[in-house]
Amino acid sequence: MTEQWFPNVDWEKMWEATVQTLYMTSISVIITFILGILLGLLLFLTSKGQLWENKAVYGVTAIIVNVFRSIPFIILIVLLIPFTKAVVGTIIGENAALPALIIGAAPFYARMVEIALREIDKGVIEAARAMGASTGTIIRKVLLPESMPALVSGITVTAIALVGYTAMAGVIGAGGLGNLAYLDGFQRSRNDVTMMATIIILIIVFIIQFIGDTATRKLDKR
Amino acid sequence: MILIEQAKKIFQTKNGPVTAVSDINLSVQEGEIFGMIGYSGAGKSTLIRMLNGLETPTEGSVTVAGRAVSKIKGGELRKARQEIGMIFQHFNLLWSRTVRGNIAFPLEIAGVSKEERDKRVNELIELVGLDGRGDSYPSQLSGGQKQRVGIARALANNPKVLLCDEATSALDPQTTDSILELLVDINQRLGLTIVLITHEMHVIRKICHRVAVMEAGKIVELGPVLDVFRRPEQPITKRFVQQVTEPDESKETIQHLLEAHPNGKIVKLTFVGVSAEQPVITELIRQFDVAVNILQGKISQTQNGAYGTLYVHLTGDTSEVNKAVAFLDAQQVDSEVGAYD
Repeated sequence: MTEQWFPNVDWEKMWEATVQTLYMTSISVIITFILGILLGLLLFLTSKGQLWENKAVYGVTAIIVNVFRSIPFIILIVLLIPFTKAVVGTIIGENAALPALIIGAAPFYARMVEIALREIDKGVIEAARAMGASTGTIIRKVLLPESMPALVSGITVTAIALVGYTAMAGVIGAGGLGNLAYLDGFQRSRNDVTMMATIIILIIVFIIQFIGDTATRKLDKR
Repeated sequence: MILIEQAKKIFQTKNGPVTAVSDINLSVQEGEIFGMIGYSGAGKSTLIRMLNGLETPTEGSVTVAGRAVSKIKGGELRKARQEIGMIFQHFNLLWSRTVRGNIAFPLEIAGVSKEERDKRVNELIELVGLDGRGDSYPSQLSGGQKQRVGIARALANNPKVLLCDEATSALDPQTTDSILELLVDINQRLGLTIVLITHEMHVIRKICHRVAVMEAGKIVELGPVLDVFRRPEQPITKRFVQQVTEPDESKETIQHLLEAHPNGKIVKLTFVGVSAEQPVITELIRQFDVAVNILQGKISQTQNGAYGTLYVHLTGDTSEVNKAVAFLDAQQVDSEVGAYD
């Protein structure tokens, strides 16, 4: 049946592209998660009325986050070419896509982290302070565990966005399903290849959504 | 145990500086249950937060268990806070942790080993009467049970002082009483000093030894609970005392009776401590030729003894009624006639 519906699909290439997409997505999700939490914590803690209240640090961080969040991803990749070349050594291939993916997604996620942290009951933080907890303890044992469901649902949304970004990155030479759909599908007018790449991307998105939803539900004891 | 001298707190707001509390001088003895009552905005929250350094006084000093809480900072302050437990109106438990996890939290902060933590948590669960609920999450508990977890958590590091911030204000009357009983039990068993703030006179009456009444950032009245109940001086204190002694309808009832019986006198008797248990009314009827009609009365128990008021309507020959009133004055009951005759 696959022969009939997808006559032009080279399954070996399709599998290779899928692995590349999964690789780009998972590495960038992991680094975005860590970087986003650090940035989000900085935004939260330096904001008004919080433990490290600091107008200057908050202002500068907020501007950087907003700028990088606002640049359209396809333009960000182009802007980052010199940076990518310096860091990765090349501008072609999966690894070359990572800096742009992370720099595009981390500020986006940082804002979600900040919102998640704001949702924490102020009284709980006060209780921890009253017990003699240091700021480090409050971060590790109160802020992160108490906001974990929101942090996980936020990274789920970000991960899905990142799958989309990898496809865009693919068009300008990063490999993966986007690259395959563009070069093999669009440019050679093989619609079945584009269709198959789309189906695989959809399956990846559904799986990410399912994992994210399940984890959020398990973590939320409220 | 606690000494506050000349404490003052000014908050800088957009609309200029606001004085939250001022001229606070206060000392609380070891083992005492000390209550602070006031309406919201009276400054009692600010004051109780000064006791564990969550607020720093703008002027003056605060000493708790020998440490100048208002002066120390950083690690030293965190260490001092481990000796001061605190419970809250909205419990402030971590929903992500079980009952055991919540109680273990302050022990983790204090660096207690896993083995000792488990042992201590078991003791505390038993102390607050939560046997069998150790592995529940806060969302599975009732309000009263949540506050029990809060109390266990506050006691984990064997504090010298327990601060209660409106600890029963979010609970129904029955649960409030059971939590108050638990606090008295802990006070007696562990000799723990307790400072609580509330807007309910019922809480003060039930468990406090001494009370401070706060209004507009100042302590306007302070003394043993029974004395304050007997002779409230400030209008605000009188209002609070009325919360527990006079139901709203009593004034109407008296008005109604006055209209129905224009002759005779209505007397308010106040019984304090020992006199509350004496048969004053029996004596009154035996010695004088008057008819006594009891209009309304209430006796409440406080930590230092019983306290009660009784409204009676005396009728009969005028001279006999006057003699009866004189008799009541001579007894250990305070009588007040003026307002109602």
